[in-house]
Amino acid sequence: MLSNIGNTLLFLNILLGIFIIYFSFKNLQNKKISISKNIYHICLFQSTFIIICFLTLVAAFIISDFSIITVYQNSHSLKPFFYKISGTWGNHEGSLLLWVIILTIFSFLFLLYNKSHSRNYRIYSLIIQNTLILGFLFFLLFNSNPFSAISPTPKEGLGLNPILQDPALAIHPPLLYIGFVGSSIYFSAAIASLLTNYSGRLFAHSIKNWVLISWSFQTLGILAGSIWAYYELGWGGFWFWDPVENASLLPWFAMTALLHSLIVLEKRNFLYFWVIILCLLTFILSVTGTFLVRSGILNSVHTFANDPSRGLYILVFLSLMIFGSVLLFFNKFKNSNYNLNSNSKETFILINNWFMIFYLITVLLGTVYPIFTEVLTDHKVSVGPPFYNTVIIPIVILFLFFMSVGPQTQWIKNKFYNLNLLFKILIASIFINFSIIYLFKSYSLISNFIIISAVFLIIASLIDLYKLFKIQKMDSSRVISHLSFGFLILFIGLNYNFSLEKDFNLKLGERKKFDNYSLEFKDLRLEDFKNYKAVIGEFKINNSQRNLNQSLYPEIRIYENPSTITYEASIRSGLLKDYYITMSNIDRSDYYNIKFQKKPFMMWIWISVIFISLGGFLRLFQNAKKDY
Amino acid sequence: MQKKIIKLFILLLIVFVIGVFFISLNKHSIYDTRSLIGQKITDIRLDHFSKNKTITGEDLSKNNFTLINFWASWCKPCRDEHSILLKLNREKNLKLLGVNVKDKKNNALKFLNDLGNPYDELARDELGKHSVNFGIYGVPESILINKDLIIIKKFIGPISKNDYEYIKNTVRK
Repeated sequence: MLSNIGNTLLFLNILLGIFIIYFSFKNLQNKKISISKNIYHICLFQSTFIIICFLTLVAAFIISDFSIITVYQNSHSLKPFFYKISGTWGNHEGSLLLWVIILTIFSFLFLLYNKSHSRNYRIYSLIIQNTLILGFLFFLLFNSNPFSAISPTPKEGLGLNPILQDPALAIHPPLLYIGFVGSSIYFSAAIASLLTNYSGRLFAHSIKNWVLISWSFQTLGILAGSIWAYYELGWGGFWFWDPVENASLLPWFAMTALLHSLIVLEKRNFLYFWVIILCLLTFILSVTGTFLVRSGILNSVHTFANDPSRGLYILVFLSLMIFGSVLLFFNKFKNSNYNLNSNSKETFILINNWFMIFYLITVLLGTVYPIFTEVLTDHKVSVGPPFYNTVIIPIVILFLFFMSVGPQTQWIKNKFYNLNLLFKILIASIFINFSIIYLFKSYSLISNFIIISAVFLIIASLIDLYKLFKIQKMDSSRVISHLSFGFLILFIGLNYNFSLEKDFNLKLGERKKFDNYSLEFKDLRLEDFKNYKAVIGEFKINNSQRNLNQSLYPEIRIYENPSTITYEASIRSGLLKDYYITMSNIDRSDYYNIKFQKKPFMMWIWISVIFISLGGFLRLFQNAKKDY
Repeated sequence: MQKKIIKLFILLLIVFVIGVFFISLNKHSIYDTRSLIGQKITDIRLDHFSKNKTITGEDLSKNNFTLINFWASWCKPCRDEHSILLKLNREKNLKLLGVNVKDKKNNALKFLNDLGNPYDELARDELGKHSVNFGIYGVPESILINKDLIIIKKFIGPISKNDYEYIKNTVRK
């Protein structure tokens, strides 16, 4: 029953998409200034239907309707209610439906909230966006249909992969999707802008809030994924340069660059073609990421099921998108000369963009290089943290200095920021750096530079914040994001240098001593839970110096549906540091392999990222207040 | 002119990237040890247990058949299959390569002293990293390969009497 409703709605949505494109072209031919009411109505229907369609799938998951293959494969009647719902997008088909919803809703809202802009530009944006929607709807309906029925109806489902049963992961896909699928709207707008020559300030104004929305959500989405990997996968850190993580980071770099260069376009009417490139690039990178992760080319936690036909469809779609947009761009591109003063704000924003592009290329190369070598030379290589650390870290230092100075500069003018003050800030940062070394322990030369530059950015931003406070000027959003970024790098630096990691084997009752710590394996018990059994260890950590006395309980979980073993880290999070223990059984022996980690400032890394995205939301709020 | 070259270059680059993506779509990238049967082991590099040398594919292609056996002294089933390995050692056409996985050297030596050494060559994989390249999930596992380094069969878990018969018949053919 639900299967039929879902399929009908999907089919209706395809028809509506075709109607919208048809009416839009018709609308282009008449001379009226406004867009016909019909189009608004169809768009409203389209959004409503796709939401109902999604709710149908959610309902199927809630009532455990196993006549639908997707539900059968990814749910189980015993699963907690919350995870039944989040299971809706915890699989390939359901998450693709989420894609389409975001494409559709953004299409409607973009139409609705841009009434002051040129009619043709809006109509073309609508047409392009609906072409994307149709592309994904066809994919959904014919290749990855979430409503495919199975007969006879199985009595019980196979269950959601236990590692996906986690609150951070339940919100990770929606957040991330609003981010990178949301970027589709400025992809469409950029193409429409090229087609209608609707360029410059007005174009920047029409897309800036959409870039802000997607950037802020993308930041949060990456954070949720990272937190999940830390707590659930037991990866023991906040970032691993895993291909999947990189795939989400690539559009983020492009978005960040776009966010900044849009300011130049809006204020100074420069860099139009560069902004267009970034708009196109962001969404193309998003789809590329989806392709890499979903096709199974990269082995990762997101490889739902290996099905080359999926990959092929996305690849064809991606190629059409890339060639279409690149050829159009070549056709419309005009060389323009910019007169930039070397110390003006424009220059500094361009510098930001070059840094972003540098990071983007580095991460992109690191991610796809293994694919290339495997295809071309049949060698498997893996590009790991050493590559990224060597290439990225030294550049981050420079980047942070530019980031501190950039916002102080003026538009157009060639006037430099107060050098005297900068020097004082530098001295202060160096002083703080050496105080840290004096109080705790020393670290490598490069870490010194990282910490100095991060502190430099923090102090410069704090001075800004103080000044803003005095003159009540509304630029707090930028300062918040930059300040938090400074803190992020600082905490990462400290975390990296003051982490403690130990790996050893222990038997029940044994005790291991290292540094000032002692770790005792006190107890081991088996417990039954609703949908899994768990072997739970009890470990007591003692620190002779600090009077620390805590127990941690890492688990080995054995799930029934589907039968899987997962290793749950036990993490004691604190304001200043996290203790982290994972335990895994060693085959046929009494010993357990124990991984102990002390990770300082983990909590602050998460908080910094939340504040970075908060800056984006704040700016959005301010823009909305200004416009209405 | 220069602009045209740049445009052409960009287009060719895109074609190249998409082409590589396309080819890699049809490659299997997920390790499934069963699908390894019939495939050639391309990259063999194992550290010798006691001597300072590396055992490579070249060494193995000298034998008509090689049974690569992954074991450790702490592993109880390895003890169980040991008597069968000792019997297999008498086969003329078959050489045994033992890979000692995630083990302490002394314990491994004691194990072989107590139970006998069935291996013609012994390698050591202290961290278990090389074994992963063979698609090994745990110990014991064994892989039977021929002269051309093609995998004939994989044995997950200890080698049973039936497996012994199978290996004996294959090797004697």
